[in-house]
Amino acid sequence: MTAMEVYTLRVNGDDREVADAWLGESLLYVLRERLGLLAAKGACEQGECGSCSVLVDQHLVCSCLVLAASAVGREIVTVEGLAPVGVPSDVQRAFVDAGAVQCGFCTPGLVMAATDLLDRIPDPTDMQIREELAGNVCRCTGYGRLVAAVQQVAVARREAGEPA
Amino acid sequence: MPVLTPVSLDDAVRLLDAHPGALVLAGGTDLMVEINEGHRPIGSGGDPTVVVAVDRIAELRTWTVDRGADTVTIGAGVTYRELLDEPLASLLPALAEASRTVGSPQIRNAGTLGGNLGTCSPAGDGLPVLSALDAVVHLVSAAGRRDVDVHDLMVGVKRTSLAPGELIESITVPLLDGWQGYSKVGVRNAMVIATASACLVTDRSSRTVRIALGSVAPTVVRCPDAEAFAAGVVDHDARTVPDDAVARFGELVAATSRPIDDHRSTAAYRRHAVEVMARRLLRRAFPGRPA
Ligand SMILES: Cc1cc2nc3c(=O)[nH]c(=O)nc-3n(C[C@H](O)[C@H](O)[C@H](O)COP(=O)(O)OP(=O)(O)OC[C@H]3O[C@@H](n4cnc5c(N)ncnc54)[C@H](O)[C@@H]3O)c2cc1C
Repeated sequence: MTAMEVYTLRVNGDDREVADAWLGESLLYVLRERLGLLAAKGACEQGECGSCSVLVDQHLVCSCLVLAASAVGREIVTVEGLAPVGVPSDVQRAFVDAGAVQCGFCTPGLVMAATDLLDRIPDPTDMQIREELAGNVCRCTGYGRLVAAVQQVAVARREAGEPA
Repeated sequence: MPVLTPVSLDDAVRLLDAHPGALVLAGGTDLMVEINEGHRPIGSGGDPTVVVAVDRIAELRTWTVDRGADTVTIGAGVTYRELLDEPLASLLPALAEASRTVGSPQIRNAGTLGGNLGTCSPAGDGLPVLSALDAVVHLVSAAGRRDVDVHDLMVGVKRTSLAPGELIESITVPLLDGWQGYSKVGVRNAMVIATASACLVTDRSSRTVRIALGSVAPTVVRCPDAEAFAAGVVDHDARTVPDDAVARFGELVAATSRPIDDHRSTAAYRRHAVEVMARRLLRRAFPGRPA
């Protein structure tokens, strides 16, 4: 294995140094094993399950498919960076309220995907939600509650934006 | 740093020349799967110890329309997400339809058309479209530039005629005057590799109908017999075709396919699937029946 020089990733607004890494390490591996950020989950390691979803320069991607050292200079956001601990975002709160969290394994990836979806499509139809969340596998909820959680946020944001 | 991130095409070409055997990385949606699974040795002994990441090269990430030549040239690093955005989606509707079927939002945000060509899977969803459009692929290396017909680039299952150190720069396709579409069969709607696929494009000015198939041969295949037959039976202006001609077209397309049995499906099912897709695509292109 080739040892690499030290490189720096920008994660959740902080510069984080990565040392002694192997060339082929994925961003998922580096986040979890080197930087101690455990929100992104590793399951399939082939982009099928979405549980490792993060934002890289505002694009939702599977961190298992990002070569970590190629993400130098990019803005990486994980669930840890969405909201302060103890103060969940509206998306996180809606997931809990709607029962969209059961075993929780897929939750960080789905929260990232739902956050990204609502940023791009503030007023989604149920069909759009299903298409947009198609890259995230959940084995517990049956997806109905996930759709409900996204709709709940969309409605709440709309009402908050409307004059009283 | 063994991961090099050039921001210009010239730099990328120079780096590939200076590091023979370097691995070219675009969106990583094919390569990283191989690296994660240990199928692609990297970073030790004689393996590639240098990766050239091409995702910051502005020239590869843009597309241009040439209204004089009626063509669109798409940078190799344009993602499926971008192919789905307007105005590109309206200019190249079949490519947009194919892009929409690729993976999931996460995969479409990262995966590129150049990477689809680089991998050259018979199931690559962009490839039947490029075949039906007779795309020209622009390649660049330290030795210079060359253009190849897309069919000459795709030489076998996951095999291209790219030379070592050669980069796919862009792909030029014509803006046609007529209906075009993409059809894909798989076990579900999202996140599915094609069991069989087909792209049909029509062009009023040249009076042609062209169809290419995916996942039914070692590379994407065109159907010359079916195309010649279609040219004689459709009416491009009235957008009509007789029912019996639609059926015959499907048979000719199925006869061109050379599918195999594998873990995803059987040859018989694939042959049936392309026949049905061909009939439906031709009927969508020419919805009317002649009086
Ligand atoms: C979960 C999942 C689902 C998928 N679903 C689909 C699907 O439905 N349909 C489909 O067609 N594909 C699918 N794919 C495969 C993949 O997303 C596509 O083939 C994609 O187009 C690859 O592009 P990339 O930019 O990620 O390529 P990379 O993985 O970065 O590269 C792929 C190959 O192309 C070479 N390459 C890349 N760019 C260039 C260039 N400019 N010049 C020379 N060589 C280059 C690389 O060296 C490598 O050999 C899926 C993949 C995953 C992980």
